[in-house]
Amino acid sequence: MIGSLAGTIRRLSIFVALLFLALLVNINLVQVTRASGLATQPGNSRILIKEYARQRGPILVDGSSVAVSVTSSGRLKFQRIYPQAGLFVSATGFYSLIYGRTGIERIEDPVLSGTDPRLSLQQISDLIAGRPTRGGSVILTINARAQLAAAEGMRGKVGAVVAIQPSTGAILALVQSPTFDPNQLAVNDVSAEQAAWSRLIADPAQPLLNRPLARVYPPGSTFKLVTLTAALASGKYDLTTPIPSPASIHLPGSTAILPNDNGRQCGNGHVTLAVALAVSCNTAFANVGLALGGDALLAQAQLFGFNSSFQVPMTAATSRFPAGLDPAQTALSAIGQFDVRSTALQMAMVAAAIANRGVVNSPYLVQQVLGPDLAPLETTPVRPFGVAMSPLVAAEVTAMMVGVVDFGTGTNAQIPGVQVAGKTGTAQTAPGQPADAWFVSFAPAAGGDVAVAVVVEGAPHDGQISGGRLAAPVAKAVMKAILNK
Amino acid sequence: MSTSLAAAPPAPPAQPTPRARRPRRRAELALLVLAVGIAVMGFAQADLAVNGHLPPRFWLMAALAAGAALLAHAVVRRLAPYSDQVLLPVAFAINGLGLTMIHRLDLAAARSAAARGHQVPHATAPTQLVWTGLGLALLFAVLALVRDPRQLQRFTYTALVAGLGLLVLPLVPGLGVTVNGARIWIRVAGLSFQPAEVAKIALIVFFSGYLVAKRDALAVARTRLLGIEVPRGRDLGPILVAWLVSVLVLVFETDLGMSLLFFALFVALLYVATGRRSWVVIGTVLFLVGSTIAYYAFGHVRVRVDVWLHPFADPAGSGYQVTQSLYGLADGGVLGTGIGQGSPDLVPFAKSDFIISAVGEELGLTGLMALLVLYAILVERGLRTALAARDVFGRLVACGLAFVMALQVFIVVGGVTNLIPLTGLTTPFLAAGGSSLIANWMVIGLLLRISDSSRRPTAAPAPVADTAMTIVVPR
Repeated sequence: MIGSLAGTIRRLSIFVALLFLALLVNINLVQVTRASGLATQPGNSRILIKEYARQRGPILVDGSSVAVSVTSSGRLKFQRIYPQAGLFVSATGFYSLIYGRTGIERIEDPVLSGTDPRLSLQQISDLIAGRPTRGGSVILTINARAQLAAAEGMRGKVGAVVAIQPSTGAILALVQSPTFDPNQLAVNDVSAEQAAWSRLIADPAQPLLNRPLARVYPPGSTFKLVTLTAALASGKYDLTTPIPSPASIHLPGSTAILPNDNGRQCGNGHVTLAVALAVSCNTAFANVGLALGGDALLAQAQLFGFNSSFQVPMTAATSRFPAGLDPAQTALSAIGQFDVRSTALQMAMVAAAIANRGVVNSPYLVQQVLGPDLAPLETTPVRPFGVAMSPLVAAEVTAMMVGVVDFGTGTNAQIPGVQVAGKTGTAQTAPGQPADAWFVSFAPAAGGDVAVAVVVEGAPHDGQISGGRLAAPVAKAVMKAILNK
Repeated sequence: MSTSLAAAPPAPPAQPTPRARRPRRRAELALLVLAVGIAVMGFAQADLAVNGHLPPRFWLMAALAAGAALLAHAVVRRLAPYSDQVLLPVAFAINGLGLTMIHRLDLAAARSAAARGHQVPHATAPTQLVWTGLGLALLFAVLALVRDPRQLQRFTYTALVAGLGLLVLPLVPGLGVTVNGARIWIRVAGLSFQPAEVAKIALIVFFSGYLVAKRDALAVARTRLLGIEVPRGRDLGPILVAWLVSVLVLVFETDLGMSLLFFALFVALLYVATGRRSWVVIGTVLFLVGSTIAYYAFGHVRVRVDVWLHPFADPAGSGYQVTQSLYGLADGGVLGTGIGQGSPDLVPFAKSDFIISAVGEELGLTGLMALLVLYAILVERGLRTALAARDVFGRLVACGLAFVMALQVFIVVGGVTNLIPLTGLTTPFLAAGGSSLIANWMVIGLLLRISDSSRRPTAAPAPVADTAMTIVVPR
């Protein structure tokens, strides 16, 4: 008689208990210990579903939303919508299911999505009250009228516009052309977003490129403002100093010739700085550059912000002025050629510094960040970057820039009843390639409410004509929008 | 160790008064109220969370659930009045939770189809509800027809034939269908059915009956092989048959889970019946040899093992199911998203094989642990029933039924949570699938019957003709 089986049933029960214990331990490991690792595992689409389950805060310009989340019928509860399509895309960026996010959508994501630590109290009270957690809002410094004017002006052109409030550094307009509709990347539909993305990537006009912040251009003659500032600050030049301005000069140490745009000498062969700027005389500024030397130009360019990185809060491309130049390179760099490169943002900063009596303010795009309850979380302060020139030099440069618009190459930027200060430029890009037309300005000349830089790609090589013809009207429209003229 | 098995059987619960009142089963009634309440509230919550209003015909459904529970309670009180009072409520709770989760996944499927402009797919919950009704009917039938568990012993070899017949049914051309690579289904008149689920009950009956007859020979008669005591060759027959049955299932039906389940069940019953550890050793060795051969011989076995070891190696391909399941479980965390507020439909087969990860996501670790504890209680009550049974046959049947439930839960939950390689098995009472549901209600019926007969204070019915010694003492 082998007994009642009680012993073996009990031992089997222990085995069964161990099986259940293993299951319980394992689900604790999966759901607690490994949970955060699994949550951030690449390819886990639940992160996105969670993210899209919260109402993302809006991005605001002049009190209206330029990016806003609305309820959606699909698996994702909310969808991002950009009511003005591509108008503000250089600032907002996009918020895509599969291509991530860019611009303010990326930099201010913690606030917009509501995960910012400053919002944790709000999250706790939402949890207690059973309210869904929402994100905060971001108010941009952009002026809607100026933005629209810049975009209208750039229609059909390729390039960038940046407008800055000189007294603060606040960015009033930030426009790329061509632009794209960020809505097509935010449709919450993988295949539609993929199709739109491949279209945008394949477009030779590069609509995805954030031209005002991310692309550097040779600044050409607009850089003469920097050379002019360096000349006046050096004490070697005053308003009456005669500068040799032949039809062309031989670049020292090479066989190359630097001619004036029209192939003729400026004035009677010697001009003042004011006349040199008004007619954009290459040989005169090359001579000034040679007299000052590469190091002096480098120092002046760096005071304006060249070779520095700016977060607006997106990191803008660094504008460059090279060091260790030989005389020939110095002569070319003095007129914004050779290896000098500038973003539209940087040239707007140059104009803004002149308008602001020499003080350079760091540019910024975010005016204020609000919590979901619309209580201000943070207001961007004015952050001076440095002093580029004395107020006296600034006044002298301003007067000469007024001359450019009143009777020089920039007459297309004239605004009735307002004194406008400006500078044209047509920069050579590469041999055989079209030029970049520039116009850099601010208005009014006294006080300087707005500084603008406009660059138009694909311009003909026609001296200063393109800068005045293609870029100046855009700058004028933006200034008029700010000045309410 | 076998000597300790000679311990006296637990005394049958002696009733001091021969004409004791029939138990009122108030505990069962109270627990049933709780079980039905949980399921009905989950049902309401799913619709409230997904659609913002109560389900259509909510009160009708609630009344139906309460009515079914009351009916089951009344039938059990009538037909098995002394049986365990916990089994029925726990089965109701799990079945109700399963219906809730399946309904919730139906809502997700409808919503997702509507968002894409597709036609709303056929809902699974109503079908599952019909199967639940059928399961309860079979529970009643078991209680009504099997008035004494020892009746079943007469059908030992009938059960073998029936069990093997059911097992090979899907292999019959024209009857069996291959779903997701496994040929474990038959389709009759548009209804699909997995015969192995019912076959396991028949095979438990066979093995219990066989072991009652042969266990002394299996336990005592030994020969020595390489210095180890092993059973005689002819006594090895049944375990070899069992092994062959599971190999057959594995090779021809590519049903890893069921194959493992059968094999482990037979080894466990052999051990319980004979008390010889050598059976466990032999079983383990055969299992290791079999799995090694299966790993090298079958691509699908290799894939499962590779996914188990490296689930994130191919998360979009072979590892998709397991990784999605893990993501869902991790998303649920400790407290879960709440019913209707997660995305359990992202996991493939969320209504059937992966319903555990849906529970883990929406009810969290808390809910999943509670569910596992419910299963543990069910198994524990089954094993307790086995200990209390008055005859060896009843003990073995109850033990086999409880063990197969435990093992099935372990294999499927372990697979879904990547504790062990994933094999396709249904989660008892929870997962969508009629065959599993009705089979498990029949298991509850048998456990209730065995439990009732062991606790019945009055004299047991006259013993049935017995082919082997039993310890039943008629009183």
